[in-house]
Parts: sequence; C-alpha cells; structure tokens
Amino acid sequence: MKLFLSGDEAIARGAYEYGATFAAAYPGTPSTEIIENLIPYKEVYAEWSTNEKVALEVGLGASLAGSRVVVAMKHVGVNVAADPLFTAAYTGVNGGLVLVSADDPTMHSSQNEQDNRNVAPFAKIPMLEPADSQEAKDLVGEGFKISEEFDTPVLMRITTRIAHGKGLVECQKRQEPPRREYKKNSPKYCMVPAFARQRRLVVEERTARLKEFSETFPYNRIEWGPKDVGIITSGISYQYAKEVFGDEVSYLKLAFTWPLPEKMIREFASKVKKIYVIEELDPYLETQIRALGIEVIGKEVIPNMFELSAEILREKILGEKVAEEEKLDVPVTPRPPVLCAGCPHRPIFHVVKKLGLTAMGDIGCYGLGVAPPLEAVDTTVCMGASIGMSHGFQKASAWLGDNKKAVGIIGDSTFFHGGMTGLADMVFNKGAGVVLVLDNRTTAMTGHQPHPGTGITAKGEATEEIKIEDVARSMGVKDVAVVDSYDLEAVEKAIRHALDFDGPSVVVFRRACALLKGQEKLPPLEIDQETCTKCHSCLRIGCPALVHHPDKSVTIDVNACTGCTVCAQVCPFDAIAKVGGEVRG
Amino acid sequence: MAKVTNVLLVGVGGQGTILAARILSGVLQEAGYDVKMSEVHGMSQRGGSVVTFVRYGEKVYSPLVEKGTADIILSFEKLEALRWLPYLKPDGTIVVNDLALLPAPVLLGKAEYPYNALDILREKAKELITLDASKVAAEEVGNIRTQNVVLLGALAKHMDIEEEIWQKIIRENVPPKTIEANLKAFAAGGQY
Repeated sequence: MKLFLSGDEAIARGAYEYGATFAAAYPGTPSTEIIENLIPYKEVYAEWSTNEKVALEVGLGASLAGSRVVVAMKHVGVNVAADPLFTAAYTGVNGGLVLVSADDPTMHSSQNEQDNRNVAPFAKIPMLEPADSQEAKDLVGEGFKISEEFDTPVLMRITTRIAHGKGLVECQKRQEPPRREYKKNSPKYCMVPAFARQRRLVVEERTARLKEFSETFPYNRIEWGPKDVGIITSGISYQYAKEVFGDEVSYLKLAFTWPLPEKMIREFASKVKKIYVIEELDPYLETQIRALGIEVIGKEVIPNMFELSAEILREKILGEKVAEEEKLDVPVTPRPPVLCAGCPHRPIFHVVKKLGLTAMGDIGCYGLGVAPPLEAVDTTVCMGASIGMSHGFQKASAWLGDNKKAVGIIGDSTFFHGGMTGLADMVFNKGAGVVLVLDNRTTAMTGHQPHPGTGITAKGEATEEIKIEDVARSMGVKDVAVVDSYDLEAVEKAIRHALDFDGPSVVVFRRACALLKGQEKLPPLEIDQETCTKCHSCLRIGCPALVHHPDKSVTIDVNACTGCTVCAQVCPFDAIAKVGGEVRG
Repeated sequence: MAKVTNVLLVGVGGQGTILAARILSGVLQEAGYDVKMSEVHGMSQRGGSVVTFVRYGEKVYSPLVEKGTADIILSFEKLEALRWLPYLKPDGTIVVNDLALLPAPVLLGKAEYPYNALDILREKAKELITLDASKVAAEEVGNIRTQNVVLLGALAKHMDIEEEIWQKIIRENVPPKTIEANLKAFAAGGQY
C-alpha cells in the first residue's frame, strides 16, 4: 500500500510500523506533525511534554521500561534537551530510542539556523539522515534496531523540506517486537563519576563498532555513473544534486552520517576524478572528509547558510546564471504574516507600545508583536528568555543607579516550557520585574496543541489544569492579577499597577486564541461613516479586519471581524459599534 | 531525463491551498505518477503569502520548483499570482482567482495594491484563465465554501488527466455531506 506522506507523517508511520509504543515531544515547527500523527494510534502512548528536556527524559524512562520510543523536537529544542541527551549517550537505552531533530534552514519558522548534524559527534551518538519520506519511514525501523543493538539513543536529523515535503511511501503492517524487560543496573544507569568513567570507555568502544557498521549499512550507497565527477551528499541535498546532475555523475549517498563510513568514502574518492561535497548549512561532511586527507570541493562554492536548492547548484557548480527577474511596473506588495483578527495578544501590545515600555519578548505568535504597527517587542531570543532577561535588565538598572523596568511578555505554553524557572529566579533574587503572561489557552503558533494549563492531554483526556496565577502565587509572587485581554482599560490599569509595585508582578491576560475551535462567537462590528473622522486611531492596532481605502476611509470586513471590540475601545469618537447595535467607546 | 511537470498553488494563509494541493497530489498518484509536494507552514500561515509546489512525472527528485520552470500556476488571489510570476516558464499557464485580499501594509495605508494585476498577468503569461471562484461557488454551486474545488476544476482543464480520477479523489477528500456540491463546483470550474 502506497501512502502520500510528509517526512513527519512518514516518521510517525515508521514508529507505528516498527512497534513503537511510546512518543513524547514539545511542539515546534517543523517537527510538530510527528507526534500529531502518532496520537491517533491506539497502540502508541503519546504525550505533549512540558518542554524538550522533559520529553527526552520521559522518553528515556519509557525506553528503560521496555518501550520503543520516538522523541521529536525542532532543532532549538535539542539545545533544551542537550543535558539528558549527552548523558543518555553514556547510559544507553533498553527499548530502541530515536530522537528526531527537525532543523529549519532559512529559518522559515525559527529564531536561528543551527545544523544539528554537529550534535551527533558532540554527544557521540549515531545519526541517520533520510533523503525523502520513504527513507524517513524506513530509517525509524533501522534506528530502533541500531539503538537496541548498540545500546544508544539514535539521532534522526531531518530538515524542513524533508519534514513538510510529501512523497509516496510503501507502507506495511505493524510489527510487535517483544517487550524488553527492565533490569536494575546502577553502573549502567547511574552516572555518578565512578560509573560514568566506566561508561565513557563503553561509549568509545561503541563508536568504533558503529564505525564498522556504517560501512555495511545499506542506506549508505554508491550510485556509479560516469567517474569524472563524484558527489558526496546526504539528506535533501541528494535530491537537489540528482535534479541537477541526473545520471551524469557518480554519487556517494550517505544516510548514516555519524560515524562516517571512512573506507567507503576512500574507495569512492579513489575512483572519481573530482569530488564535490554537496550539503546544506555547515561543512559537516566536508570537514570530516578533508580530515581523511581527501581533496574535495565544498563550501568554497556552496553557501554555508540558508536552504540549498537545485538552482543554487546550477549557478555555483555549473555556472548557469539564473535569469534576472523581470521588473514589473506595479508594486508587488509584501504580505507578511500578521496577528489574526481578534487575536487576544493585540490589546496587550497596544498598551505596551502606548506606555513606551521596554519589552522582552518570547517565542510564539506574539513574535508578530515585533512588526508594525504594534512594534511593541524589544527582544526575541529563546523559549522563556523574556522572564530572565526582564529580570536581568531590571536588576542591572537598579544596580547602576536608575530604576528602569523591562516587562517580560510570554505565552502560556512557553511559561510552562521555560518561564517557571526564570520566575523562581526573579522571586529568589529579590527582583521587581513585570511578567505579562498572554494566556490564549493553547500552543497557538504550532497549531493548537494542549499544554499543562489547558486541562486536556494530547490524547484528548481531561486532566488537572495548572493555573499560571497559582504557580506564580506559590512561588511567592505577591502581586498577581488575572485580566481579560479584550478589556483595554483593565489591561492598562493592570500593567500600570504592576509597574508601580515594589517586587515581582505577574499579570495573566486570559482570552482564548481567536482561531481556537469551540469559542463563543461574538457579533462583528462596523464603523459609522458619519461619525468617523478618518483619524486612523483604529489602524494603529494593526487588525487585518480593518480595511483602509484609497479615499482614507476605513471599514470593517465583517467576514474577518471576530467582534473583539478592541478597535471600538481605541476609537476616540465612538464611531465603531456592533453591526446594528449600540456604540461602545 | 524524463519530463517532470511543475505546478504552483499560491494564495494567502487560510485560503485552503493545502487541501487543494492534497487533492491534486492524490489525483496524480492515482494517475500513476511519482509525485512530490512541498510547502512551508508555521509562521507563514498567519495571513501571509503561501506557496505549495507540486511536481510529477516518472521520477521526481527535488520537491522544489525552480524559477522559470512552472508549467501551471494556480493562484487563489491576484497579487499572489504576480508575486510568483517569476516561477512561470515562458509558455506556462496561469489560472487565477479574480479576488483581491489586501495585505497588512495596504490595510494600514502604507502600501498600494496592484488592482491592475490581471492586465499585467495577461501581458506576461502565454495563457491566462481568470474566474471569480467565490461568485461561481455562491451563484452556480450554491455553496461558498467550494471555491477551492471550483479553482481545481479550472486547473483540471489544463491538465491531461481523466475526469473520473478527479471525481474519485474529490469524493475521498471532502466531507461526505458536501460531495455533490464539490463535484458540481469542479464541473463549474471546468467551464473557464
């Protein structure tokens, strides 16, 4: 049976077919769909973990209990999970454990562009790199086998075009490998220094065996063609190379990319005249191949940043100049993503901007608060950074003699992911920061996954709903408020109060994401054109339901309007009202 | 190398280009082709410009369409057709929905919308098919939500694939209650 699957869907399918019984992840583009597609299988326990570190720890525990496990995250998630990962490399596993890192070259939906192939040699764990959806599925099965045979976590590294690119995949029935029994083994699993030193030797010996295995791994293969040019490549780069060079060159296509098959590389190199290493981002293969004393052409012609493409290879290797784009004599106006109509983040940003605050932002839809006309966010770094950075900013300012405050703006899912420890730090160290939690009742940016504050699990079961205000109070925050995000006056009052408070403050702005299903529908608004003075105050909130016409008039698109009333609240002339209803100002 | 055909489906996040691309890919798979489809979601879905690449032939390697090589561009919105025009090959076809969705900078009064987009497209493309899919969906089909399938109907006329295959895949991909409306929408789109 052939199914048309994305790489993410294929990994989920592979996990299912090869007997996984456990999956854990924190959502992050482009990895999210892996767990989403495992949730429906009744044979597989799947959870959204609080963050990637927890996901890997949960996965390691499940492996010890005898499950085959998939843990999935985006590239920056692996940074969060690095602590358990680098030591799980020492403890090894029981049931097969595959960690998927979904990297995002060109940063379509990410804050940096790290090449996580570097993690494999750093952590000393084997790595698989599928080149299409079929391989993504197959290599999950290979990954489980390698993990169990060599007693190690296995890293599967994919990129956006593998994760979100769809292709035909031959699918099979599920296999049920026997459960592996857990046996207590402190020297293996307790990495106290004396035991860790013993395991360090085991890791080295394992790496030597993996190196031999890499030579015989069937997905590392040579495709012989004419031998004037040889191309060494892996992952999506293989597809671009095949697109450009077809059958006119020879290929060494690698799928097991740490440790590398040195003999195979030497053999290939000895038979071709000129070698290109074609890889996206870092010179990962190139550096290791050069270290073998093999002369290759790599990053001197192929860019070390952003996505690769067939076009780039044509230009950089074949010298084919890509035709200049014809200039059109009309504006091809950019269409940047925007906060949705009715987004509950908008009023908070509006007030933050109005008050001229320094605002440390975080990771999520509210990253869009950076864009005009809101332009309310000063920084975006990583999950949870808003709280630590706002605390540091406030402390340093106080230490240096002025008393500047920076507010931290963080989402609900992000608060649980990486915000709580920062808040504890702020309380512990006598900070006086202001934390604004934009609680839209879901993990919105990645497509509405539940989190510890939603009261529902990945599998759709009701569970304890952890309230952010309760967390803050129990951590010792004395000034805690919960405010409706749509009530502009209350929002401003709460922020002003928090700024004046001598000590840490947490304000939870609670209103569900405008796209979240099952929310109450509010009536749309309209602008009374007689009353409207065309002052354009409403346009400053940047709502896409407000339409600015060439004659300077503004109307509301009733199909887009969600009736949040924020525009009506900013209108100084009370010109905006519910369709057919009363004016509110 | 065996010929690969390149199709771009472009529009605005939330317009349903992905469902349309899924139906198209299903049709191509059923017709016996190797198919690859690539899109980027995440940040871009929040009302931004979106593109889905569909490539098919005997064997497809890269999931991405290169500039100047698209056989057909199916655009759900006028400005988006202009934006992706550089991907069209010289003798390519554009099927465009006669709809203007104003991007944020235009809504804010900071930029202009190219209301004459269709004139420019007519100049540049060898073949241009325009239709008002929402009007067709509302007036001829009686269901405004079938706009995607109206556009697919218009696209299908420019692809050499049996109608029965399209109908089968549409049946499999739309909610059961809307099958008849969607088949009607497909036929209506084929009139353009």
